[in-house]
Amino acid sequence: MLVKLTVNGEKHEADVEPRLLLVHMIREVLRLTGTHIGCDTTHCGACTILMDGRPVKSCTIFAVQAQGKQLMTVEGLEQDGKLHPLQEGFMAEHGLQCGYCTPGMLMTSFAFLKKHPKPSEDDIRWAISGNLCRCTGYVNIVKAVQHAAAAISGGA
Amino acid sequence: MIPAAFEYHAPSTIGEATALLAKLGEDAKVLSGGQSLIPLMKLRLASPAHLVDINAIPGLLGIREADGFLRIGALTRESDLEESEIVRTRYPLLHDTSKVIADPIVRNLATVGGNLAHGDPANDHPATMLALGAEIVAVGPKGERRIPIATFFTGPFATGLKPDEILVEIRVPVPPARSGGAYLKLERKVGDFATAAVAVQVTLGANGACEQAGIGLTNVGLTPIKATRAEASLKGKALDESAIKQAAELAAQAAEPSADLRGSVEYKKDLVRILTARALRKAAERARAGRA
Repeated sequence: MLVKLTVNGEKHEADVEPRLLLVHMIREVLRLTGTHIGCDTTHCGACTILMDGRPVKSCTIFAVQAQGKQLMTVEGLEQDGKLHPLQEGFMAEHGLQCGYCTPGMLMTSFAFLKKHPKPSEDDIRWAISGNLCRCTGYVNIVKAVQHAAAAISGGA
Repeated sequence: MIPAAFEYHAPSTIGEATALLAKLGEDAKVLSGGQSLIPLMKLRLASPAHLVDINAIPGLLGIREADGFLRIGALTRESDLEESEIVRTRYPLLHDTSKVIADPIVRNLATVGGNLAHGDPANDHPATMLALGAEIVAVGPKGERRIPIATFFTGPFATGLKPDEILVEIRVPVPPARSGGAYLKLERKVGDFATAAVAVQVTLGANGACEQAGIGLTNVGLTPIKATRAEASLKGKALDESAIKQAAELAAQAAEPSADLRGSVEYKKDLVRILTARALRKAAERARAGRA
């Protein structure tokens, strides 16, 4: 089945089996391997991408369901060679250890900060409650998101 | 994990969708948010030969009050329910529930209709809708019919929907003045199914006595449970500690949990007792505060 979709502003199309999961299309057909597959059972959120602006777990949606949709993956954060404030924040605050959950954390936080530019710590913890960090580095992840929120609202 | 192969259909009208379901029969499953169905397919616990994706059908979205009901389109995402102003201000039981279903990312795809049509006793909306006395609107090739929620859950993962019917809307009666509700869920972690959860909706009379009570139980039986004896015990009574204690004990008696990783039978029944009492206090407090 022919699927046409837009990823990070770029149009793509591919002939795929209906059972192909969106995360497999992203990683194996489009070769965008920034999006990770963690638990593969809808729990961990490593595969989180944005579909029409909303974070979704791309291991739990078929590629054919993304027909005509606007997707954004972690590769879409950097603009013109400049890292997004969230990426800067994760670096500055050591928001990653093994880095496996990071793409999902970044995409969830990206959508969250658009809606909640000045979040409390509790708000952030609530927002990332569907993303698991097996290194349990949540303290620094929260700090990284706070760092980005400050940078964005400060106009940096 | 790769699901078994299937044929994908994306009809653009309800008529087309129900005709497809009528033709394909038991080989077809309706795909709504997919947050329960797709994991089951990946685990090969479900291997439907056909998926009928209803997401492209217009008119199945939205939350509005009309004709004495809060009318929730089946494709309404849980996150939209959670953010709905009308739900937040007038339907605290529904709002409570929307905040604890799965996790925030899953809620961006998961639908209210799917949560009910899946017939999983561990899902959260069934107990809430039992407490609210909702009705299910189903459409099939022969037209529309309404199913009272109390008769909707017929067995484990089984509902009153016929194979060629689609759940299109949920209707929650607009609560009278001095109504309030609460949903309390104990879960080991965000995203886990409830160890147990309790939905309570009460309406108080002008004198403060309980006129109407609805109590639904999550994940403590083969189907979602309506704790009818506990509900009846509250009618006409002031919602004081002795009435709450009695209703909580009756709710615990109505629970038929099985022991698993989340706890023993005794633990879960006692949890129902505690959660019922707490939910009743919270619901009564909200009803007295004039929240709908």
